[in-house]
Amino acid sequence: MAKEFILTLEGVNKTFDGFQAISDLNFYMDAGELRTIIGPNGAGKSTMLDLITGRTRPDSGTIEFGKATDLTRLNEYQINRLGIGRKFQTPSVYTDHTVFENILLSLPDTRSVLGTLFSRVTPRQRERIHGILTLIGLEEKAESKAGALAHGQKQWLEIGMLLAQNAKLLLVDEPAAGMTDEETERTGELLLSLAGRHSLIVIEHDMAFVRQIASKVTVLHQGSILCEGTVEEVQNNEKVVEVYLGRKHEPKRHL
Amino acid sequence: MTMKRFLSKAEMAGLTVGFILVLVVLPALNAFVPSSSPFHVTDFALSLCGKYLCYAVLALSIDLLWGYTGLLSLGQCLFFALGGYALGMYLMLMIGPRGQYHAALPDFMVFLEFPKRFPATGGLPPHWVPFRHFWFAAAAVVWVPALVALVFGFLAFRSRIKGVYFSILTQALTYAACLMFFRNDFTFGGNNGLTDFKDILGHDINAPATRRALFLASGLLLLAAYALCRWLTTTRFGKIQRAIRDSENRVLFSGYATAHFKLFVFVLAAVLASLGGALFVPQVGIINPSEMAPDKSIEAVVWVSVGGRGTLVGPILGAVGVNWLKSFVTHSAPEYWLYILGGLFIVMTLFFPKGIVGIPEQVRALRRRWLSTRTGAAPVEPGPAAIAHSKAEP
Repeated sequence: MAKEFILTLEGVNKTFDGFQAISDLNFYMDAGELRTIIGPNGAGKSTMLDLITGRTRPDSGTIEFGKATDLTRLNEYQINRLGIGRKFQTPSVYTDHTVFENILLSLPDTRSVLGTLFSRVTPRQRERIHGILTLIGLEEKAESKAGALAHGQKQWLEIGMLLAQNAKLLLVDEPAAGMTDEETERTGELLLSLAGRHSLIVIEHDMAFVRQIASKVTVLHQGSILCEGTVEEVQNNEKVVEVYLGRKHEPKRHL
Repeated sequence: MTMKRFLSKAEMAGLTVGFILVLVVLPALNAFVPSSSPFHVTDFALSLCGKYLCYAVLALSIDLLWGYTGLLSLGQCLFFALGGYALGMYLMLMIGPRGQYHAALPDFMVFLEFPKRFPATGGLPPHWVPFRHFWFAAAAVVWVPALVALVFGFLAFRSRIKGVYFSILTQALTYAACLMFFRNDFTFGGNNGLTDFKDILGHDINAPATRRALFLASGLLLLAAYALCRWLTTTRFGKIQRAIRDSENRVLFSGYATAHFKLFVFVLAAVLASLGGALFVPQVGIINPSEMAPDKSIEAVVWVSVGGRGTLVGPILGAVGVNWLKSFVTHSAPEYWLYILGGLFIVMTLFFPKGIVGIPEQVRALRRRWLSTRTGAAPVEPGPAAIAHSKAEP
């Protein structure tokens, strides 16, 4: 194949105390793609992100970034430095720091102990920070404390922090959770504008949001892939309908 | 940019006044005012103040860990005591034949029959030998606690030990060390520790001039420690410290090796505490294992919380204030001290979570609330018409 995958998971297994969270998972993703992952609770979506980002290690299988970088041997900060950024489900920003400082601390220039002791903010960094703030619509909030932001703004700030990291691959866990409809739509636009230059994996429950952003959807079920395809294909897939209808908490109304 | 957030003009003025008082006025009142005058500061009072200053350095080191990095260490007094022991060993060897036994060896070594155990060095345990040199002891004050903190911190942070588990481990560490130092065969004087010092750098340790010098050194150490912490808060390192406190995962997933940052702070705090301990010992004249007992470290955490953690002035105020109160209470009503300390901690935590330093802000917030309820109710009484009416009047 001529095309090169940015992320490859092959034969990945992970068991927690006898519970098979990920089972023989094979997942391939092209560079520049915006991929949405859906699946019922406990399908292994967050575990998959944990495996990619080095938070947990697989029992078996390979996880490769780009051509030949084995992620299973690296820890979280090393994997992040390769260009894999992660947004958590609950917004994780530095509440006691200003919005500007939140982005500043996410820049990849200075991340060693000694480096941070003696580094200063350069005009170029300042320019870049303001560029990111404009992109995520928080330019006017630059000097506000991140803790004082609204819920949706915190989510955008965290996405901005991933951008500041120069992440090639962005892993975004439920970005629309707890947002108003308008905020959700703006978030969708933001993510769509990033696709192409960045590769994105978005985990989401809200099917309206998935329809807005998704070109390709992967359905995860019991730790492995149930099916992949466009939103329509996935929604008309019998196995997917069965999985969702068989569970009472899942959003069958969306399907 | 970040300056104004940490240090307002009022704080700056308060600090300047505080340090002038400590570094100039107190020693001058001790040296130049005759002892008959009510303004005279006695040698005892000056040493007591010097002791408070050393405690303030210890409190700063705890705040650097707890208030700024979110690492609650309940064993910081271990490092304080290690510094004390390192300098105490030098002071012991300076006693010479002036001890009870009139021997070249420190008294406890004669008493415990060390000459039989260490015949090659005349009874002096080999690791004691280089402590004859002040420079060696002074270096040990820095590297011994740094090494202990480095090894312990490396293991703890590599294993991702966090929160209350970290606190319990630090408490266990200081307790283990305390039990070890209590043993006579550990060669550090057992439960009596090191005491009965005579000279420091050739000067009589009890002479008023030496006392003043030690006091001044403590003040300068506190000033330097304060300046260092203050500078740290303005650097990107300081920002990362607080970011780790508020959201460690975010920092880790932003490409920072958080364990390295925590280790650096832990070692730095250990060295600061140790320097405080090293100046504490010649001023109080004794160091024994009770200084590293678990409750000592907890008491030091109380000072920080009373003064206000996450600020730099708070721990200093807390350490000096609580210890001044302790000296006062243990003198006039010793049986009540522990109740007062416990009560103080509970009251501060419940009603003044930001400590003494946070009280002005709390008062301002209360006043704003009071004013807003009053102005909220105000239009009902005079009403817009009444205002217009009163304006019309000459």
